[in-house]
Amino acid sequence: MSSAPFLELRGITKRFPGVVANDQVSLEVHSGEVLALLGENGAGKSTLISILYGLYRPDEGQILLEGTPVQIASPSHALKLGIGLVPQHPVLVNRHSVAENLALGLGGFFPAGRITPKIIELAKQYGLSIDPKAKINQLSPGEKQRVEILRALLGGARVLILDEPTSVLTPQEAEALFRVMRGLREAGKSLIFISHKLEEVLAITDRVTVLRRGKVVGGLKTSDATKSKLAELMVGRSVDFTRKRQTATLGEPLLEVSNLCAKNSRGLDGLKNVSFTLHQGEVIGVAGVAGNGQSELIEILAGLHPKTSGSILLAGQELEPNPAKLFAAGVAHIPEDRIRMGTVPSMTVSDNLALREYAAKPLANGLMRDFMALEENAQSKILEYAVATPSSSTPSRLLSGGNIQKVILARELGKNAKLILAVHPTYGLDIGATDQVHQVLLERTKAGACVLLVSEDLEELLSLSDKIAILYHGELKGPFEVSQISREQIGLYMTGGEA
Amino acid sequence: MIRFIPILNPNRFRAAWVSLGAILCAAIVTGFLFAAYGSNPLEVYRIMISGTLFETQGLAEVARRTIPLLLIGVGLTLAFRAQFFNIGAEGQMLLGAIFAAIIPLFFPLGVLSIPVMLVMGAIGGGLGALLAALLRQRFAVNEILSTLMLNYVAYYLVLYLIAGPWKGKNVRGFIYTDEFPNFAQMPLIGGTLVHYPTLILGIIAAVALQILLSKTTLGFELRVVGENAGAARYTGISVPRIVIIMAMITGGLAGIAGAAEVSAIHHRLLEPAQISLGYGFTAIIVAWLARGHPILVLVTAPFMGIILAGGDLLKIVLNMPFRIVDVFSGVMLLSLIASEIFVSNRIKWGK
Repeated sequence: MSSAPFLELRGITKRFPGVVANDQVSLEVHSGEVLALLGENGAGKSTLISILYGLYRPDEGQILLEGTPVQIASPSHALKLGIGLVPQHPVLVNRHSVAENLALGLGGFFPAGRITPKIIELAKQYGLSIDPKAKINQLSPGEKQRVEILRALLGGARVLILDEPTSVLTPQEAEALFRVMRGLREAGKSLIFISHKLEEVLAITDRVTVLRRGKVVGGLKTSDATKSKLAELMVGRSVDFTRKRQTATLGEPLLEVSNLCAKNSRGLDGLKNVSFTLHQGEVIGVAGVAGNGQSELIEILAGLHPKTSGSILLAGQELEPNPAKLFAAGVAHIPEDRIRMGTVPSMTVSDNLALREYAAKPLANGLMRDFMALEENAQSKILEYAVATPSSSTPSRLLSGGNIQKVILARELGKNAKLILAVHPTYGLDIGATDQVHQVLLERTKAGACVLLVSEDLEELLSLSDKIAILYHGELKGPFEVSQISREQIGLYMTGGEA
Repeated sequence: MIRFIPILNPNRFRAAWVSLGAILCAAIVTGFLFAAYGSNPLEVYRIMISGTLFETQGLAEVARRTIPLLLIGVGLTLAFRAQFFNIGAEGQMLLGAIFAAIIPLFFPLGVLSIPVMLVMGAIGGGLGALLAALLRQRFAVNEILSTLMLNYVAYYLVLYLIAGPWKGKNVRGFIYTDEFPNFAQMPLIGGTLVHYPTLILGIIAAVALQILLSKTTLGFELRVVGENAGAARYTGISVPRIVIIMAMITGGLAGIAGAAEVSAIHHRLLEPAQISLGYGFTAIIVAWLARGHPILVLVTAPFMGIILAGGDLLKIVLNMPFRIVDVFSGVMLLSLIASEIFVSNRIKWGK
């Protein structure tokens, strides 16, 4: 490792109206090094990435590349300087092939054909197995990410910024990514790894820089770091990693699913003979790799997807597939996609809080909406859930992910909620917000509600659930008592093995 | 180099300033065209403004053109808010005219004729838009294409009717229907072609739809459907129901405009190009300028009315081809669409 850093930030400050997103941030990354950039939502990581990638200009401070100050004008300029970004959600043309996507912007005739040998060569070099002719929409999230990594490498990137790369990956895919990252490090590339997942930071990085409220609050060698130390730096207080769930007292069966079958959106068998019972006060966690029937199961229970056979009894009554009626009957749905489904981003916080009950008293009087009642409803929910928003009339798209999720929780988990369908409820949230979401869910179970929790985060499932079930190819294994099943067994079931 | 910096929460007046800027820009661009034609652009604009706003007859001409633009424009703002891109108001207007003509031609109803004709017009126009809505609902047919194509269907349907089965018995070689009886002719303000009942109806529609959109639960549902169809599905709002209601309103208002034109001005069903002077298309600009607020159509419709009436003056005073107005409208729509980026971004010059 050379002594001069490859990339160095000195005193970067970036202000937005009302906030200082980055306040005198300094960090450095050397060649052949993996730096973790750790911080809660709103800590300023995204802003810093945007500055590095030429999307924003810093108001103050300097960026030095191999000791020379540079001005990064645009993403293409960033790549020219050797700074590549692997975005959290791949930005690819779905109907085009891998090679065509990577050829975008090259110009000339038939660029895809020209670069194919280079793609194969790079893929081989770094263990990024990919078929250049495959269409993007046939790829798994992990493969799409590899395409993004290849894009950066093809562009000649020497620093790779990986923005929460594991959030869309299965544990196995994440492991594969780590192998690629190690290969890149050995080849002398610098990597900036952004994640909330402390285990991963500890497993893969060399140094950690922690951001809090726009400021660097700590920088240390990974070998000197522990999980609790990092978490404490990140949130500014010590965080409890023990199991959050106490022994539950179960009531009557509330949801009885038997022999449920359904087609998925492609017309194939999405769910095969799924049966389970959920009692009042109970939390069942559903583990599984995305796309194994989780969406179908939740959407059927939320009244959004048709079943083909089987029965679903909600409090003894056959479930009627109508989202509005189900909500009135106490089915709360915390959807996977906060932006496309859970909220209307262009609408105000107040309107989003009223998305379920806008047409009922007291929020409406007949056909007319009651704006006084809407404001009261908004204020009380903003207060109860401590939603950080400038006002109730702020469009929800301006809120951070955690606060958008709080808006959804506040709306869904009214007094009436009996069955809570929670899908990746803490996806992309920081430790503080995650903790709050968990507390809210557990509180509801004390009041007799039951929770069906779908998550890809095993920590979360094991920390919250009474029982764990695993979906694989539409078949449900379990549910098993949490104490009766090990992580290894869950992992085996998730990948189709028998434990 | 120019860079665009997003503004997270744009000031509500910013859109107004940007629109005014776009209009000014369009006026300058079109000014070059006038200059190329051999006229002094400033003189041209002076004639357009003084001849329309400072003369009684001019004002009446503006009002006459404002009426259909107002009705159609109000309906289109609603459709655009629900993300239903109705480009077929022109055809829906013609369908309204056809449906309205049924009453005086075949079922004369005496004093009740005019209200019933307006209702028929609403049904005709509404059905036209409904067809596109159902096609989108059932077969995912893009409504921009279907409504655009339905314009031609309506156009040739009118031609067929006036040249064939509905051709007047007393009109000799002309291709149009017989004149409507007196009771089917809508009253006008004396000496002008301003049919004030429709004008009042248009104003009521603008206010009513603004209230619908911003104060009612239906308006809220419509906005949710328009702004995030996924959330609408999630919360149990029936998207088909909303789209159908919205199509009936937007098509219905265009149909009323068509019914009123034949009842008040022409007194017969005649060639499509005479029934509508491209109102259905101009109203798209009217709705765009109003940026989804029906109440603002009360400002934008008269504005386009001035341009249409002013274009007529250019034809008479400066001997320009009438189509010059289409060029003006086209340039304006282009600059308005292009100006959209300035509403949500500010510009930064330099590095």
